[in-house]
Amino acid sequence: MNKKSLEQLKKKRLSNSMRFLLVVVILYIGLAFGDPALIKGAVWKTGEVFVQILPILVLVFGVIYVINHYLDPQKIERHLGEESGFRGWLYAVIAGILIAGPPYVLYPIFGDLQKGGMKNSLIAVVLYNRNVKVQFLPAMIYYFGLPFSVVLSFYMLLFSLFNGMLVGFFSKK
Amino acid sequence: MRKTINNMKTAIPMIIGVLLLVNLLNPLFQKFYPKIFTGNYFLDPFLGALGGSVSFGIPLTSYVAGGELLAGGVSLLAVTAFILAWTTVGLAMLPLEIIYLGKRFAIWRNVVNFFFSIIVAILTIITLNFLGL
Repeated sequence: MNKKSLEQLKKKRLSNSMRFLLVVVILYIGLAFGDPALIKGAVWKTGEVFVQILPILVLVFGVIYVINHYLDPQKIERHLGEESGFRGWLYAVIAGILIAGPPYVLYPIFGDLQKGGMKNSLIAVVLYNRNVKVQFLPAMIYYFGLPFSVVLSFYMLLFSLFNGMLVGFFSKK
Repeated sequence: MRKTINNMKTAIPMIIGVLLLVNLLNPLFQKFYPKIFTGNYFLDPFLGALGGSVSFGIPLTSYVAGGELLAGGVSLLAVTAFILAWTTVGLAMLPLEIIYLGKRFAIWRNVVNFFFSIIVAILTIITLNFLGL
């Protein structure tokens, strides 16, 4: 098999999220033989919830598009070096909020930056702030309300700094 | 645009899968939730953080799952720790994190984040109660 057909085969492979969905669907099919009423109720409820959150999802992906369009990750990475000082902490918080991507994409990037001199404490701050996402705020507000979202986001930002200090201290060689 | 479409391609099947799973498990376990999640300030977030640590994905999916668990009767304390640990603690991703960022960093980051999920959940609920929100 040549390189081109191997790449085509890789592209055709199911993504992890599709595999996860497939496993759940197989589980549903299996359980449908034992308790059809339970499965019917769960499918109905899932459809109902999905339709309810669809406008929120459209809004979320709209914001993701705007951020992806205007964000230059290389610019952020430049400000997170060993000598970055206070500004480095500030940039780490901002980078964590803005950078999107699954861990298996982010770990290699931060592994390179670590080798290039980025402090462990700042990597920890960026990774912690992945939880504070402007683009996902509409969904958080929809499910938990505005006061909860504001209070939780405040504590997450604050604790990301403590997190950076502790992880930086404990992981020092 | 392509990046956003790729985000959607990852997120939508995951959200549907999680919704299907939560809506399948909720009717089965709903009757046990009041017995397990009693509003205890330490046990509830501890159990929530355990659940979040073994799951992973984008924060959006954790809000959907957490929202449905909350509607199913799980306490807000537990759900808060759950959504925090979902993104900050990654047991499934730990081997990968060790490879790229080092054993010491990866283990300490996950340990600290697990306890922070519990502490932040408790502080959030105490603050909301204090403010009467």
